[in-house]
Amino acid sequence: MIELFKNPNYDFIGKRKWAYIISIAITLIGLGSLVAKGGLRYDIDFTGGTLIQVHFEQAPQVAKIRASLGTIQLGESIIQQFGDPREYIIRLPLVAVGSEEISRRVQGALGAEASLGKFEIRRVEFVGPQVGRELQLQAVYLVLGGLIWIAIYLAFRFDLRGGVAAVIAVLHDVIVCLGALSLFNREFSLPVLAALLTIIGYSVNDTIVAYDRLRENRGRSMPKGRTFAQQMNDAVNQTLSRTILTSLTTFFSAAVLLFLGGKTLEDFAFVLFVGVITGTYSTTYVAAALVVDWTSHVEGRLRRGKKAVAKA
Amino acid sequence: MPRHLRFRIGLVLAVIAVSVWYLYPLKSSINLGLDLQGGIHLMLGVEADRHVASQTDRAAEDLKSALERKGIAVKRIAREGNTAIKVELASPQSWNDSRTVVAEFSSFDRRDDDQAAGTFRLVMNDRRVSQLRDDAIRQGLETIRNRIDQFGVSEPTITRQGADQILIQLPGIQDAARAKALIGKTALLEFKLLDERTPIDQALAGHLPETSEVLFGREVDKQTKAERKIPYVVQRRALLTGAELTRAEVSADPNSMGNWQVAIEFTSTGTRIFGEVTEQNVGRRLAIILDGTVYSAPRINERIPGGRAVITGQFTVDDARDLAIVLRAGALPAPVVILEERTVGPSLGSDSIRQGLIAIAGSAIVVFVFMLVYYRLSGLVADIALGLNLLILFACMAAIRATLTLPGLAGIALTIGMAVDTNILIFERIREEMRVGKTPRAAIEAGFRRALRTIVDTHLTVMGTAVILLSFGTSSVKGFGVSLFIGLGASLFTAYFFTRLLFDLLYMGRRKVDAISI
Repeated sequence: MIELFKNPNYDFIGKRKWAYIISIAITLIGLGSLVAKGGLRYDIDFTGGTLIQVHFEQAPQVAKIRASLGTIQLGESIIQQFGDPREYIIRLPLVAVGSEEISRRVQGALGAEASLGKFEIRRVEFVGPQVGRELQLQAVYLVLGGLIWIAIYLAFRFDLRGGVAAVIAVLHDVIVCLGALSLFNREFSLPVLAALLTIIGYSVNDTIVAYDRLRENRGRSMPKGRTFAQQMNDAVNQTLSRTILTSLTTFFSAAVLLFLGGKTLEDFAFVLFVGVITGTYSTTYVAAALVVDWTSHVEGRLRRGKKAVAKA
Repeated sequence: MPRHLRFRIGLVLAVIAVSVWYLYPLKSSINLGLDLQGGIHLMLGVEADRHVASQTDRAAEDLKSALERKGIAVKRIAREGNTAIKVELASPQSWNDSRTVVAEFSSFDRRDDDQAAGTFRLVMNDRRVSQLRDDAIRQGLETIRNRIDQFGVSEPTITRQGADQILIQLPGIQDAARAKALIGKTALLEFKLLDERTPIDQALAGHLPETSEVLFGREVDKQTKAERKIPYVVQRRALLTGAELTRAEVSADPNSMGNWQVAIEFTSTGTRIFGEVTEQNVGRRLAIILDGTVYSAPRINERIPGGRAVITGQFTVDDARDLAIVLRAGALPAPVVILEERTVGPSLGSDSIRQGLIAIAGSAIVVFVFMLVYYRLSGLVADIALGLNLLILFACMAAIRATLTLPGLAGIALTIGMAVDTNILIFERIREEMRVGKTPRAAIEAGFRRALRTIVDTHLTVMGTAVILLSFGTSSVKGFGVSLFIGLGASLFTAYFFTRLLFDLLYMGRRKVDAISI
């Protein structure tokens, strides 16, 4: 039998003060990057605009592409290589003419530049301004809706403290992922939204496993003389090997997606990659730690209250 | 022997059988999204208010002639906004007579009466407005479906979305630009007389009678490809429209080599009107106008009795064919705008399938091997359970005809992750129970019981978020939610029935068990 840990008994919860500092620091770095760069870089899914993916027969020069787009007053477009050196993505800002007209014009302009050689337009995405705004709102609503559902379900199954702490943990993960996107100059697109939702699911799953264990332990005759913090620490330790195993498998799966999935899956896999790490971390050091501190705060107040009553 | 063993074996076998039945044959059972197989995704917005406005215009015209038939002179009658008609009578004396005429226009409410000035407004009531808007979208949908059917696309999806949007998905289409032109064209064909009394330069400067307007024709120079716009002054009133059309066929243009034309034939009513119009206007020019562009303006040499005409322009054979299709399918009641378009070329589609599959297979293999190495025989049980999980997932997607998209694959990735986690939870729990000295059978019993409570909680939470995604998300987010929801349902099923069943079969038999391969 291969075992990662035999009866682990690490003091996770005891080091939570350090973890708070780390969490706050990382969150601030992420938020700072977001603020410094003026918010997320949205993909056309959310801003509206046109994206055209072109496959050239020979690797082209970007300057030539730009020059040919300049002939139709679109020289300011964003031109990016996409994976293969012959594959390019052209992002056009929202313009007054319709999507069919604009892709026709781009095709004409690229065709007129003889040095670019043969090419094939492999993908056209046009998102009108109205749809872009709707999607932006929808993304926010969906994430919020998910968080509210999680809070309600956990408050009902466990207690209010657990629900709120779990939501804060998930929110922490969302901010860390968005911060990482911003730091690494990646774009927020629909697949990234899907990855973010995946991480929300993953993170809350992890948190529930720890909570469930705590509840089960407390349900059985409560070990005498163990403080709430110690009980929580026990629960984290008892589920540690499961946590590490699951995290590792998910982590490796995300890594495979990141390296084999190609350009289309890259941003998606990147968020998964970051999210698995932060999701695992936040279970212990955000959700569990907050429940512990919240509980001891409440219990402290109760005790002080009782003392006050006794004195009077 | 554990209870219900036969029942559980039967249930699992039945689920496998049904899944295989739904999935067979694999090629046609799983619908691939446009991002995976290539094609066009279009979200159209119907400008339904334009339909309301044109119906208001029509009512204004009807009202004017109804009033004039009663001998009531009208000074001015005009549409205001989309739904209102402002009427100014020539003299306030005819006020009372006008009331009886107006009463017949039951879909309008009379407002702002000013008897002294002889003016009032008619406002279309809300019920009629929403009915007209709805008509515009339903007819638009029908017309577009008709056009696409005639164009020949296999398995198109054309559905109404929200209040005034139409979603069109055309899988595997090659010429996106042409398909878009075909769908988006309003295709309003009109025949209007030229106003030859107003000189063109005067009209362009804005000096023209209220009953006339300036429209343009287009001419492309064959050598230079330069486009020239030719102005025409035409009467506003359309004598005949494409609504009176029965046939539209492509034929070669006898007067211009290499160009094609569309021959049209009118209905019996259309034929009668066309005959009258041509008879009364011999010597004048009749403009043939499609979507506000003048295609030709031939002079009427004599009465044309047969109800036939040709539309010429500098058409290629494809242009002419598409024009014939849109004319046959009829005009859209209101113009449409493209709100969102996603076109994926077939080669890119197959590339992304290949890459997506490699990636998913890669991550699945990592998981499979890991489970096998770490948990040995139990790992094999988990792997088989994972396989069954995917089988059920795909079968459900086939059964509800869900579409598999790239975000859908992401949902499957999360499902695999959670399904593996389910098994890890169970196995770690069993190990733990054995560590505290339980017998193998007791450890299995307790391990499953305790782990399943956690598993239900984790699955229900994430399934809840999946429900939010699939009910409030659009297209790609929805696809993610659907595959996640189904996948987790399948994972719950396999954890409850299948993994446990295999353990029972392995360890709960009559022979004595000393150890569990876990």
